[in-house]
Amino acid sequence: MTALNELRQLRQQRGGTTVKPVTNLRKSDGRAALVFLAPWFLGLFGITLIPLVASLVLATTDYDLLTAPTFVGLDNFTAMLSDTRLHQSLKVTLLYVLTGVPLQLVVALGLAVLLNRGLRGMTFYRSVFYLPSLLGGSVAIAILWRQVFGQDGIFNAFLGWFGIEGMGWISHPDTALWTIVLLHVWTFGSPMIIFLAGLRQVPEMYYEAASLDGASRWRQFRSVTLPLLSPIIFFNLVMQVIIAFQAFTQAYVVSNGSGGPSDSTLFYTLYLYQEGFSNLRMGYASAMAWVLVLIVLLLTAVNFWASKFWVFYED
Amino acid sequence: MTTTTSPESPELGERVRTLAEQSPQRPGPARWRGIVRTSLRHAVMIGAAIAMIYPLIWLLASSFKPTELIFRDLSLIPTEWDFSNYAVGWDALASPFGRYLLNSAIIVAGCLIGNLVTCSMAGYAFARLQFRGRNLWFAMMLVTIMLPIHVIIVPRYIMFQQMDWINTFWPLIVPKLLATDAFFIFLMVQFFRGIPRELEEAARIDGCGHPRIFFSVMLPNAVPALATTAIFTFIWTWNDFFSQLIFLTQDDVKTAPLALRLFLDSSSGSSWGPMFAMSIVTIIPIFFVFLLGQRYLVQGIATTGMK
Repeated sequence: MTALNELRQLRQQRGGTTVKPVTNLRKSDGRAALVFLAPWFLGLFGITLIPLVASLVLATTDYDLLTAPTFVGLDNFTAMLSDTRLHQSLKVTLLYVLTGVPLQLVVALGLAVLLNRGLRGMTFYRSVFYLPSLLGGSVAIAILWRQVFGQDGIFNAFLGWFGIEGMGWISHPDTALWTIVLLHVWTFGSPMIIFLAGLRQVPEMYYEAASLDGASRWRQFRSVTLPLLSPIIFFNLVMQVIIAFQAFTQAYVVSNGSGGPSDSTLFYTLYLYQEGFSNLRMGYASAMAWVLVLIVLLLTAVNFWASKFWVFYED
Repeated sequence: MTTTTSPESPELGERVRTLAEQSPQRPGPARWRGIVRTSLRHAVMIGAAIAMIYPLIWLLASSFKPTELIFRDLSLIPTEWDFSNYAVGWDALASPFGRYLLNSAIIVAGCLIGNLVTCSMAGYAFARLQFRGRNLWFAMMLVTIMLPIHVIIVPRYIMFQQMDWINTFWPLIVPKLLATDAFFIFLMVQFFRGIPRELEEAARIDGCGHPRIFFSVMLPNAVPALATTAIFTFIWTWNDFFSQLIFLTQDDVKTAPLALRLFLDSSSGSSWGPMFAMSIVTIIPIFFVFLLGQRYLVQGIATTGMK
């Protein structure tokens, strides 16, 4: 059960009768629930919901932490319309999400399928593929990336074997973003593990039946594996889009906080950080944050809408 | 990648194996095809594995090379061993590197306690207690998993600033003490649901209340979920950069990732060796957690990610 399926079920339950019968009909555990959920309630209201509302209020103000906030209405939002750096950051982030996420998922799915069926050394390969996804978000790896794709980096040394003259991939505005996309693809291990778990659930008899009918491997993949795995692909897609949209560390370290060269790695969150915490434009940063939420919501909604055409639920 | 390969049919695999057993002296074409296919798969796997792991091993090797030999040197075995990178890197910044590691460790410890205690409590309530509005609260909890941190970070910053908490560890630890990592609540809920209800009912007949059931029945049976929570909390907190960058600006409270980043400012590329050495130092704890906790990591991802 993924978080998404839980939400789907909750929505289906609403209006109808409650699906799950209460097995032991005790009185409401209200008081116990209050105790067990006390920290969570405190956190939900104190440092999630109230800040959420506060940031909406802040978004309509000018606030630099030093002087009292002044109300400016929708000025922050209209300012965004003509902010070219903001447009650039949106472009960069969308490019990153729209290329990095699908690429990563294709690699994850491909290797999961290859690993799935009785390959000797499967656990070894799985570990090797998984390790980078634990390290990928760290500063150490981003620093490594700076060297690997630098002018004097080992990627150029590798190209040198084939007589190809490399370039400073990190320092060139046309290629800097793609090195970060590659870093994202490099961390395919965790969606791969989710795919592997999903592949285990596909009943063997489906493949047996398909191959009795003379279906080729490719056909079996298309007609058995993909449809049965589609809810998991969908889950990975939704989650990875949300996560990728918030990518920060890699761009920050690779560009040393600037988003350069020429703003080519100015991720949305990096620009938000610069505006809010370097330039102390708290109001503008809050407005940007709400736009971020709206975009993520929109992308998720599009994903859900599109899922009707390709996601197959057995139940 | 998927266009050139397709899943191995178990049925065919079986058949090949039976065939092979029946006629060992006369390998049929099917058997050869099987061998070729398996070898191809291994070739792809080994190639991919090398590509994945090469940069990491290279990083390790380079941390032992003199800085001037790091550039354009693909080799994984240093021709000249230079251990001074570690000593130089350790003392290259305002404080010894151990200070930053210690700060990271303190934050990790606080977050570990917070997540283990509060997320398991909330998980128990959602998995086992009946209370008004449960579905609504549960749905809210699920939604907060997907809520971008950026939309609350600015007001949180202002709030913590007014409490004089900037440059302390509280802004990083308190959210975990208040179970804001909803992902782990969900993980615990999933796990608690799988524990047979008979166990609790037996305890209840013996007169146990909810606290006793939670501590003596649920938690001992949820060790894998607790381990997964601990491991992920460790790795995510250790790697965290964004919130540490915002809340910690003074040198004496800086963490290992923040300190690593300082190398980029101070060195302008001239001291790759020491920087790589300290990179390795910050990676090592994660690597060990990975080695020890791999089983739980895989299980954890699978149970929360799986349909």
